[in-house]
Amino acid sequence: MSEAPQPILLSSHLLGIEGLSVGEITALLDLADEYVALGRAKQKKSPLLRGRTVINLFFEPSTRTQSSFELAGKRLGADVMNMSVRTSSVTKGETLIDTATTLNAMRPDILIVRHQNSGATSMLARKVDCCVVNAGDGAHEHPTQALLDALTIRRRGRNFEGLTVAICGDVLHSRVARSNIHLLAKMGARVRLIGPKTLMPAAVARFGVETFTDMREGLKGVDIVMMLRLQLERMSGAFVPSTREYFRYWGLDREKLSHANPGALVMHPGPMNRGVEIDSAVADDLEVSLIHEQVEMGVAIRMAVLDALSRGLPAGERTI
Amino acid sequence: MSRTVFHNARLIDPASGLDAIGGLVVEDGKIADAGPHLLAEINRDDAAVIDCQGLVLAPGLIDMRVSTGEPGSEHRETLKSASRAAVAGGVTTIIVMPNTDPVIDEPSLVGFIRRRAEATARVRVLPMAALTRHMAGEVMTEIGLLKEAGAVAFSDGDRTISNTRVLRRALAYASGFGVLVVGHAEDPDLTDGTAVNEGEYAMRLGLPSAPAMAEVMIVERDIRLVELTGARYHFGQISTAASLEAIAKAKARGLPITCGVSAHHLALNELDIGTYFTFMKMKPPLRAEADRAAMVEGVASGIIDVIVSSHDPQAADTKRQPFAQAAFGAVGLETLLPVALSVYHEDRADLLHVMKALTWAPAKILGLESGTLAKGAPADLVLFDPDAPFVVDPEKLHSRARNTPFKGRHFQGQAIKTYVGGECVFECGASA
Repeated sequence: MSEAPQPILLSSHLLGIEGLSVGEITALLDLADEYVALGRAKQKKSPLLRGRTVINLFFEPSTRTQSSFELAGKRLGADVMNMSVRTSSVTKGETLIDTATTLNAMRPDILIVRHQNSGATSMLARKVDCCVVNAGDGAHEHPTQALLDALTIRRRGRNFEGLTVAICGDVLHSRVARSNIHLLAKMGARVRLIGPKTLMPAAVARFGVETFTDMREGLKGVDIVMMLRLQLERMSGAFVPSTREYFRYWGLDREKLSHANPGALVMHPGPMNRGVEIDSAVADDLEVSLIHEQVEMGVAIRMAVLDALSRGLPAGERTI
Repeated sequence: MSRTVFHNARLIDPASGLDAIGGLVVEDGKIADAGPHLLAEINRDDAAVIDCQGLVLAPGLIDMRVSTGEPGSEHRETLKSASRAAVAGGVTTIIVMPNTDPVIDEPSLVGFIRRRAEATARVRVLPMAALTRHMAGEVMTEIGLLKEAGAVAFSDGDRTISNTRVLRRALAYASGFGVLVVGHAEDPDLTDGTAVNEGEYAMRLGLPSAPAMAEVMIVERDIRLVELTGARYHFGQISTAASLEAIAKAKARGLPITCGVSAHHLALNELDIGTYFTFMKMKPPLRAEADRAAMVEGVASGIIDVIVSSHDPQAADTKRQPFAQAAFGAVGLETLLPVALSVYHEDRADLLHVMKALTWAPAKILGLESGTLAKGAPADLVLFDPDAPFVVDPEKLHSRARNTPFKGRHFQGQAIKTYVGGECVFECGASA
């Protein structure tokens, strides 16, 4: 890395893909490539964030995203603190503002936030002085997931221009789907959504995507199949009659995958519900499944994001 | 005998269609005379003569939809603080919602509101009573006794009675007493747990949403129930083009149906939610631009009878939440006049027509004596400058709550003086 790193992000927060430019996304992916190499070396650490404090603030339980951010911060030499806040139904939003102002007083440099409510992260970003990374807010955005998905696709030598990507399953409740739709559209890929109509948002066509109920039909001509987790804990009512019916029509198995383009690759943000949205035979087939690569790319992309945001941090002491 | 004379005023009286320069005489709290003919008779040097300098003198506004926090959550708003906001906005009568704690579903509670208002408020406060006990939508209230106690209308606030049989019986019973029922139209099952209008923007924000159609479904059901029962029915506020169309048809069939729209839904659409601005969260939710435009059209055409503030003060702690968890509601008493006047300033309707929706129309629906400049009517008046710039500054609001969705917006129209029963209760620039 050069002596005076170039700024990458216009904003001092990463709250969503929607506000990013193609240039910013490409620069983040380029930077992440360097961190993939670092992660594969014996000496995995960089002193870039030495002395900086990174706080993982998770209002919603998460194992992989939280540990991915933690590892990214530690590999960059930052002090990483994990905070899991259990929210009772009584105190919910109050906790958010209170916790934010409390943490802000501890003068962290970067705050990584996951919250079950859409918009909670941007609300919090307005209340603190440090950089905020959205690690998933409600059904709104999960920008680092979309970035790591893009990195995975790009490193497989696929060009976004002309690429057809199908996002399958619970689009309605999925922040992963929204962030990916924004990112893929910006990068020139064609996006299709496949799933039961109860799990498709209204006005989804306004996103410039094609939607399909029939998975076999929807997978025709597809290069990348992104499966979404059927978020059972988010279901506020009966959106699908049963998991077995769901698997029958929208679970990805070899037969359904055979309708996609030859060489089509399968992705899943994890954790998977085997036998609900994806068949183990597909998930574990290293020829088609990118699921493990996604996890590796996750650490690299989060290092790139922390690096990019830290470039905007004041080098000297803060006076206020 | 007390006597006040207004001179050189642009008299706007929607009840008679009067829009002319003239004078108005108040005697003992009532309007003794008004009209252009008074111009010559008035001695301008008399101390009790107020030169209005050509500004508009109109009946004070009657706001059919106001929530306060009294009783139960006085930290949000009291009848006193709401009345302070009202007079600053030229409003002289407020109809208060029964959705307090406790719910106004007992004659003694109607009496409580009236006594508290008498003792503390500067405006006329007319209570609505709940249509069903605890507004639970199950058992009707004592409609006759509540009416005797002074309830001017019956409503379950912003709750829709989902049980059609309960509503049918309540409407049938209410029609026997000739009382007005004020309904809220949002299908409770479709809207439960949602925060915004369904559509592209809701999807982008990832917020739980309900389709706009959830409103007209209830509008159409309630129209049929009115047909069945003959009750006088008023849709407290509508927000969609489809509802407007349904109500237009029902009116054409001669059903005793009227409707209102909030100033918020005349001036704002769903995009004003911006980045999760919780002051834009209201019931019904802000709609698509086509629906907003239809609301303006509905006011212009007269299908929409009244414009209301839907004043709903919320404390900071319930609004400073993630959007889906934040409370519904926005204050509006002080912005009602300038926002409503934008319909006039945009040349969609003349001043008389807009003022009718704020004065004479609600007076007629509620059977009030006010809302007119006719001889013998109470001297509830507002003197206002329809062209004066009005920039919304939350810090300058008189309400106890600050949750206005119009922060920083520019309107035209400023109340200069407000009179209730001939007594000046507000003067612009004077300390409250």
